[in-house]
Amino acid sequence: MHAFLTGPMFYISIAVLVIGLLVRVVRYIRGLDWKLDRVAYRAHRKAGMKGAARSIFKWLVPFGTRSWRVQPVMTVVFFVFHIGVVAVPLFLLAHNMFLEEKLGFSFFTLPALAADILSWGVLAALLILVLRRIALPEVRILTTFHDYFILALTAAPFVTGLICRYDPANYDFWLLIHIAAGELLLILIPFTKLSHVVTFFLSRAQIGMDFGIKRGGMKGKGMAW
Amino acid sequence: MPEGTLCNKQPVDTEEQLKALLADKGGQIYYEEMKHLDVDVEMLRQTLGKSLKSRLRTWLSMCARCGMCADSCFFYRINDRDPKQVPAYKIQSTLGEIVRKNGNVDNAFMHMAMETAWAKCTCCNRCAMYCPHGIDVGVMISYLRGLLYQQGFVPWEMKVGAGMHRVYRAQMDVTPEDFVDTFEWMVEEYEEDYPGLNVPVDKDDADILYTVNAREVKHYPEDLAEAAILFNIAGENWTVPSKGWELTSLAMFAGDWEACRLQVESVYDAMDRLKPKRMVGTECGHAHRATVVEGPYWAGRPDGLPPVESIHYVEWVAEALRTGKLKIDPEKRIKEPVTIQDSCNYIRNHGLRDVTREIMSYIVEPGYFIDMAPNGEHNYCCGGGGGFNGIGLYRPQRNKALITKRDQIMHTGASLVIAPCHNCWDAIRDLEEEYQIGIRWSFLKPLLIDMVVVPEHMKPKE
Ligand code: HEM
Ligand code: SF4
Ligand code: SF4
Ligand code: SF4
Repeated sequence: MHAFLTGPMFYISIAVLVIGLLVRVVRYIRGLDWKLDRVAYRAHRKAGMKGAARSIFKWLVPFGTRSWRVQPVMTVVFFVFHIGVVAVPLFLLAHNMFLEEKLGFSFFTLPALAADILSWGVLAALLILVLRRIALPEVRILTTFHDYFILALTAAPFVTGLICRYDPANYDFWLLIHIAAGELLLILIPFTKLSHVVTFFLSRAQIGMDFGIKRGGMKGKGMAW
Repeated sequence: MPEGTLCNKQPVDTEEQLKALLADKGGQIYYEEMKHLDVDVEMLRQTLGKSLKSRLRTWLSMCARCGMCADSCFFYRINDRDPKQVPAYKIQSTLGEIVRKNGNVDNAFMHMAMETAWAKCTCCNRCAMYCPHGIDVGVMISYLRGLLYQQGFVPWEMKVGAGMHRVYRAQMDVTPEDFVDTFEWMVEEYEEDYPGLNVPVDKDDADILYTVNAREVKHYPEDLAEAAILFNIAGENWTVPSKGWELTSLAMFAGDWEACRLQVESVYDAMDRLKPKRMVGTECGHAHRATVVEGPYWAGRPDGLPPVESIHYVEWVAEALRTGKLKIDPEKRIKEPVTIQDSCNYIRNHGLRDVTREIMSYIVEPGYFIDMAPNGEHNYCCGGGGGFNGIGLYRPQRNKALITKRDQIMHTGASLVIAPCHNCWDAIRDLEEEYQIGIRWSFLKPLLIDMVVVPEHMKPKE
């Protein structure tokens, strides 16, 4: 079982993830239509690029936009969650050793303490995101089963990963579950709202071009995100 | 399939149809007929297939349903934080449902969607600035309006307005003759006070082609005279087109994209015919949006720009003050607490925030200008945008929506509100009527006329 999950299944998951996301990107860009979207993408490339870059960058900075500033709790939760959810899988020592062995390369490695803090941060943030969905009427009315599903899907590798760390007695068992959960996540990213790992950048770039080219970017100082 | 005589899927294309629709005061028969109007599911599907592409589809499906847009919408804030007023909910429960059901929706659903599209959103695009994914619900509601219009589920005044543009190329029944006659008559009225005042009609190669809002011709003709006076004082080489003078587009509010194209092409034709250096439009926000910002796309212009450089009236005023073409008598500057309404259509959606602030620096005595909070690109809609002001059916909702602006104005302590936008001006007038907070409101033109230095040759001889 372990051999299968760390062997063929690993390669399959990575392939589904990468190809799935690539298809998403290509289809999105090909579906852009200057007339329907009413944005002259081609005629004003430079203004478009500038608008897109600002639109992405400002939102990646904690408190970088007015929206982040007026909702500070959500901002902290969002960044704690997302920094962890991106950094831990990529920069954990164990993951890097695995990557080195399977794909022949590895990333920078996080100190163990930092990895622990980030992982617990992810789980705490996830808990708040769930409570928020239940407690706040304006979020409850929007929430569907899919939203809880992707929260659970994201939580699974972290929960199981932490159990591996703190329960050496059943390490082998939990490691199997952890790998399975991680691979399931990778496979489902392109097919769920988690595809926002790429569509976030596409959508933000698009609205940035819209404001950058058409809605004032060539007049004022650029959108005051 | 029960198509009504007045409420149906056919746009209004003739004067007779228009008169018949107008004869049904307030749309009583029209709305009665709407209760029995069928949904053409096949047409809805085809339209979705043709026009709902990756940008909108992705927005609908990627929405994190996080609710971060909730507080950005003034409707949500003013209606006791009703979750049904959250921008994401408004679009998911309408356009989102139509897409998920692949067009299989019924009459009751369309009534709900119509109310959502015209009474719960003014397409002010403020929510787009607060969504982490950059989802612009205002743009999607506008798209939804197009679907609803095509199916005949559109408020009576919107159907009338779009029909006006189709029949008259103006938002009201004002013909080219009416326009030219009114402009010339008004200029004559003021000629005694400003010797030499004139309005050049259809002059070739002028520096400025001036375009207006039909309401000025019909209801506020002094506005035309004021424009003429200021252009004359500034020594501009300007003209008005006898055809293609209407800057506005109720068709845009209605979602009648074909009428939008017809309307804006009439203005672009005037540009091609008269070859002016630039176009200056009157003090109207949605009109600027329609003719300058969105119009080029309706007309299929790949560079996304009108045939000649086109600017809003505030841009011309700022430039004239900056270059000294208009000089302000410092004694006559505004010396009372004053604020300005930032119109979504050219501030948030066309980057002109600093331009209006520059004007304030010339016409207001230092210390008297107070900004609303929030302001600039983040300002709230006046409460009456997107056609909301004009729809009788939704008057109670509109009056409630004015509360945001009322409170914003009251917080500034201003007694004068400058509103260089027809819609905002109306909304602020109505909020004063409704809530009596003791303010005055004004376009820029009458204020400028009162304080501008008149050159000797334009002063009446004793
Ligand atoms: C690569 C960069 C990423 C960016 C820029 C990004 C951006 C965003 C944004 C803007 C939101 C919406 C705001 C919110 O709901 O808090 C969001 C939500 C979310 N993201 Fe990401 N994300 C990224 C990667 C990831 C990854 C790798 C995961 C999980 C594996 C993930 C899981 C989630 C989840 C579960 C939500 C919904 C939170 C909720 O329920 O409110 N994201 N992301
Ligand atoms: S802020 Fe954006 S992603 Fe979040 S619910 Fe609103 S529209 Fe959806
Ligand atoms: S466009 Fe304006 S009115 Fe419409 S939902 Fe967004 S914030 Fe509200
Ligand atoms: S009426 Fe004025 S404030 Fe309201 S949406 Fe239009 S431009 Fe904005």
